[in-house]
Amino acid sequence: MILDGKAPTGRIEESWDKYRFDLKLVNPANKRKFKILVVGTGLAGASAAATLGELGYNVETFCYQDSPRRAHSIAAQGGINAAKNYPNDGDSIYRLFYDTIKGGDFRAREADVWRLAQVSNNIIDQCVAQGVPFARDYAGYLDNRSFGGAQVSRTFYARGQTGQQLLLGAYSALSRQIKAGTVKLFARTEMLDLVVVDGEAKGITIRDLVTGEIRTHVGDAVVLATGGYVNVFYLSTNAMGCSVTANWKAHKKGAYFANPCFTQIHPTCIPQAGDYQSKLTLMSESLRNDGRIWVPKKKEDCNKPANEIPEEDRDYYLERKYPTFGNLAPRDIASRAAKEQCDEGRGVGPGGRGVYLDFAASIKRLGENVVRERYGNLFEMYERITDEDAYKQPMRIYPAPHYSMGGLWVDYNLMSNIPGLFVLGEANFSVHGANRLGASALMQGLADGYFVIPNTIAGYLATTKPGKVKADHPEFKKSVEEVHGASKKLLGINGKKTVTEFIRELGTTMWEDVGMARSKESLTKALQKIPAIRKEFWENVKVSGKGEELNQQLENAGRTADFLEFAELLARDALHREESCGGHFRVEHQYPDGEAKRDDANFCYTAAWEFKGIGKEPELHKEPLKFENVHLAVRSYK
Amino acid sequence: MSAHASEHGTMNLKLIVWRQAGPNEPGRFETYDAKGITPHHSFLEMLDVVNEDLIKAGKEPIVFDHDCREGICGACSAVVNGVPHGGYKRTTLCQLHMRKFKDGDAIYLEPWRARAFPIIKDLMVDRGALDRLIQAAGWTSAHTGGVPDGNSTPIPKRSADYAMDAAECIGCGACVAACPNGAAMLFAGAKVSQLNELPQGQVEAPERVAAMVQAMAENGFGNCSNHYECQAACPKGIDVKFIARLNREFRKALVLDKVGALTKSAKAE
Repeated sequence: MILDGKAPTGRIEESWDKYRFDLKLVNPANKRKFKILVVGTGLAGASAAATLGELGYNVETFCYQDSPRRAHSIAAQGGINAAKNYPNDGDSIYRLFYDTIKGGDFRAREADVWRLAQVSNNIIDQCVAQGVPFARDYAGYLDNRSFGGAQVSRTFYARGQTGQQLLLGAYSALSRQIKAGTVKLFARTEMLDLVVVDGEAKGITIRDLVTGEIRTHVGDAVVLATGGYVNVFYLSTNAMGCSVTANWKAHKKGAYFANPCFTQIHPTCIPQAGDYQSKLTLMSESLRNDGRIWVPKKKEDCNKPANEIPEEDRDYYLERKYPTFGNLAPRDIASRAAKEQCDEGRGVGPGGRGVYLDFAASIKRLGENVVRERYGNLFEMYERITDEDAYKQPMRIYPAPHYSMGGLWVDYNLMSNIPGLFVLGEANFSVHGANRLGASALMQGLADGYFVIPNTIAGYLATTKPGKVKADHPEFKKSVEEVHGASKKLLGINGKKTVTEFIRELGTTMWEDVGMARSKESLTKALQKIPAIRKEFWENVKVSGKGEELNQQLENAGRTADFLEFAELLARDALHREESCGGHFRVEHQYPDGEAKRDDANFCYTAAWEFKGIGKEPELHKEPLKFENVHLAVRSYK
Repeated sequence: MSAHASEHGTMNLKLIVWRQAGPNEPGRFETYDAKGITPHHSFLEMLDVVNEDLIKAGKEPIVFDHDCREGICGACSAVVNGVPHGGYKRTTLCQLHMRKFKDGDAIYLEPWRARAFPIIKDLMVDRGALDRLIQAAGWTSAHTGGVPDGNSTPIPKRSADYAMDAAECIGCGACVAACPNGAAMLFAGAKVSQLNELPQGQVEAPERVAAMVQAMAENGFGNCSNHYECQAACPKGIDVKFIARLNREFRKALVLDKVGALTKSAKAE
């Protein structure tokens, strides 16, 4: 099947404004008759729920955390892009659009990316009005810095806590609506099923994580803003609770999953220290503005302290290989280059899985105080974890799974192929292509939530009757029974291995065989291993306690069960895509110098998979991608 | 510090943990062994090890709140040896590493204890009261869309920095747990100071502080009596000067007669 992304045609500069004008509107008096369920309260979910509530819709919002303020968007450090061109360095909406298309290795839809670049400017204004304390210069104007993949300074930031401040802004807007009664918040709840009635999304089934109660919520539309799935690798920079569950359940109910193999490995994370480790911590990419990345030229120097290695014996490999972008090369390129150095035996730190991120030159040039002002909290965080003082010795960094560019397939309206099911932010696949540029995730979350969904959801609601489906519809009962059945099954196995042992085993397979470098051979191996782990899981997992109570083991078991199914799809997608692009690197497809080799003749499309049953081959649908404004070209940062 | 700890290789510790099945159930301390812990384990990773052992032994694992494990989401919340987050400066529990402990140490673990935070289970408490404080007025009434350009109102760097210092609060509630009165004034003070400092928040400044102070009383928080334990426990180093600011803002609101409802309810008590 050829999928229609409904992207507007014509001049791209006018595409969103024209499309928005043509969208249907919902009469203000009718808005309150519609109920919208918003799942997830990160940047995308909180901004969507707040804005839809403000517009007059009846909103119910759900999060698994105890408060919307804890969504993992809070952990984003570096910044948010906008095409304001305040620094007068030649930025424009077109340039932001161009950088994003190119950065994503030509695997994103042009119209969606244009819209993102266009509304990026509104986001900054909105956040300032909410009292987000962005960094300012001494004249009182907003300050900017640069990020990977760009040569202009377009990144707005709030120290090293930009995600936190933007999320708190959205959370405060949400809180205001909760007070006003337009939004009802259900914290500590997890979505465990999507209810589809006559082909349309009309509700969700949730588990109350405190009481264990399983119940349904009915709505006229469902908005998923549930984040990404890179915890499928077990060790990642995501919060412990991040899962694929909501997306996977929707997928099993018919929503197509697009480009699951596009996962971002972030180049600047603190390396793993031991086997017990539960997660990896990211160090903001903004550090690459002032930090220089190097490894020893000689293998025998790797165990020496950094300060004993003279300048001429250091290989500043990013600056050497990519003189134009240097340390600010895009994430996929920087990650792969780091792995290459370590694979050659020139890595530093425990197990040789690390490269240096060195601030000595900047401290000399700017003074320690300036560096402290810019990145102080990041240095502090690094010190907490490693017990090393990065003002005195270089940081050690290594790539780690960080962000999913794949997600549920959506059209230009952010609606999945199931009418009434909308997907926002990291949970959808839309704007990043095969690689996400720095400071663009926060931008997408807020663009979708504040400025896109409030317009496009009306297009759907205007075609449907409010309250079309009632809670007594048999689909709701069926869904509750299914969810009950799944919990009972997990609790009844009473095997010998813990949930953590299974997710670790899955993660190891994923990282080794489906990670930064994939081959037909490794993927085929993974596709044998994953079903075997899944089989053992359902025979031998140990989940104690009851379903009708707070049971963190049961929560983790459910999320792991979904990862065990989803992992297979991810590996399958990676196997089918016989090319390298962005974060997806197939070792069979590279240029002699090791750069990723795209195949536009055969793979210039979005792969959208239809669920056909567990362990069964899913059906591939393609959405061809057209590049009319940025011409397909070899992506070079040299 | 780390050199000292790593000489030990792995450590064995004794955990004395508060276990409570539900809000209305009796609680008690139980003792567990944490074995084979390295100095690089974070405190929560140490608890993971203990929980894996408990699960394998067919016992109920210890319930605790956690999520990002990088010190920013504010979910982790336990009192370690009598101090929220364990008492190291600017360190959340998830960022506390076992290199700060010695082989053979006995560690006491308890939930946040405050009237406004009912216990849910073991170390997990309900901090919904903090959300209700923000819902009361911890926002500006900016409507989505239609706001002016971000640079239309210059904000002095010192104000932006001051607001950011206040805005760093992660809402973990350690300040409440550390306070002998269970006050949330550091939390509320930080939010009021951030928003009231900025031009965008000044329009609603008196109403904001009045509503938030009233919400503190309604949600079972006590009042500040200058013990400064909140600042000592705060993993983000939020300064008590923001409590002073809260008090100043409150007095301003009184003068402007924005606190009518509050004074009435205070009299009724």
